[in-house]
Amino acid sequence: MGLMDLFRKRKPASAAVAKERLLILVAQERAQRGGPDYLPLMQREILEVIRKYVQINNEDVQVRLDKDGDQDVLELNVVLPDSDTER
Amino acid sequence: MAEIIVVTSGKGGVGKTTTSASIATGLAQRGKRVAVVDFDVGLRNLDLIMGCERRVVYDFVNVIQGECTLKQALIKDKRHENLFILAASQTRDKDALTVEGVEKVLDELKSDFDFVVCDSPAGIERGAHLAMYFADRAIVVVNPEVSSVRDSDRVLGIMASKSKRAEQGGEGIVEHLLVTRYSPKRVAEGDMLSIADIEEILGLPILGIIPESELVLQSSNAGVPVILDDKAPAGQAYADAVARLLGEERPMRFVEVEKQGLIKRLFGG
Repeated sequence: MGLMDLFRKRKPASAAVAKERLLILVAQERAQRGGPDYLPLMQREILEVIRKYVQINNEDVQVRLDKDGDQDVLELNVVLPDSDTER
Repeated sequence: MAEIIVVTSGKGGVGKTTTSASIATGLAQRGKRVAVVDFDVGLRNLDLIMGCERRVVYDFVNVIQGECTLKQALIKDKRHENLFILAASQTRDKDALTVEGVEKVLDELKSDFDFVVCDSPAGIERGAHLAMYFADRAIVVVNPEVSSVRDSDRVLGIMASKSKRAEQGGEGIVEHLLVTRYSPKRVAEGDMLSIADIEEILGLPILGIIPESELVLQSSNAGVPVILDDKAPAGQAYADAVARLLGEERPMRFVEVEKQGLIKRLFGG
């Protein structure tokens, strides 16, 4: 760091924030890509049904559509809370 | 066999038409026979950037609907006799472009030209889809800015699944990124995504980096594609991009902060 840098106002590097946000977003959107349009809605409804019985957060349900040969495989991943936190 | 190149972006205002005009002109400068087609039905603008707005008699939709021949609708560039422009229609009928109609026109162009450059409208609607559907190669124009980068990725995803090449299951569209409005100074200050950042996020090779420049606006004002201004860094950067498109290796220029001399710093550049 040069001497002059000491007098300069240190700003947070906004580009680094932008990059971080984009990396996450793009990865997320790519994962959903190619799936049918109803996938997000279905994910939400499945979440609602599970919530009737167990208290879980949005990110605890993961719905993925994979291709296995000529078959589409719908994979549903639910992270249930530890038993002592259950209602 | 002619190559169809789509210039697209998703987001509007990033420089698609400026890029289409300069890439098409650059290819023509290199001796190729080039047709550049405006797919932005309803919002014709390529003619204005190419400086031939007063010579538009027939347009793309006229050709599709059989109201004139393709030859009648092609406007010969006033500077290059091997460069032709096909203007978009100003009709508000969104369904004026059909898959069959576009395919027929592109097939006819392919038999007569080395390159067909398709200037896509913004968005991911019909016009944008048709512009990329038949493409062999895509130039995705992106600004170093969050919404543009995200939209580019969306467009790349659509191209990977909904183009003719993708549907036929063969080799996909060859994709390149072209970064426009790049400011090395703002990158150095940490306020603009760098070339490395954009490459990392989108995972695609970069065809060219066009520096932010006042001369681009001046060129648009005059109806002269900026590539013809060989003094302008943006023009030189487009010429580099064209060379790379033709398979030549060129180092990236205008990516470092320009060191200013004392005089320039005192009196302004």
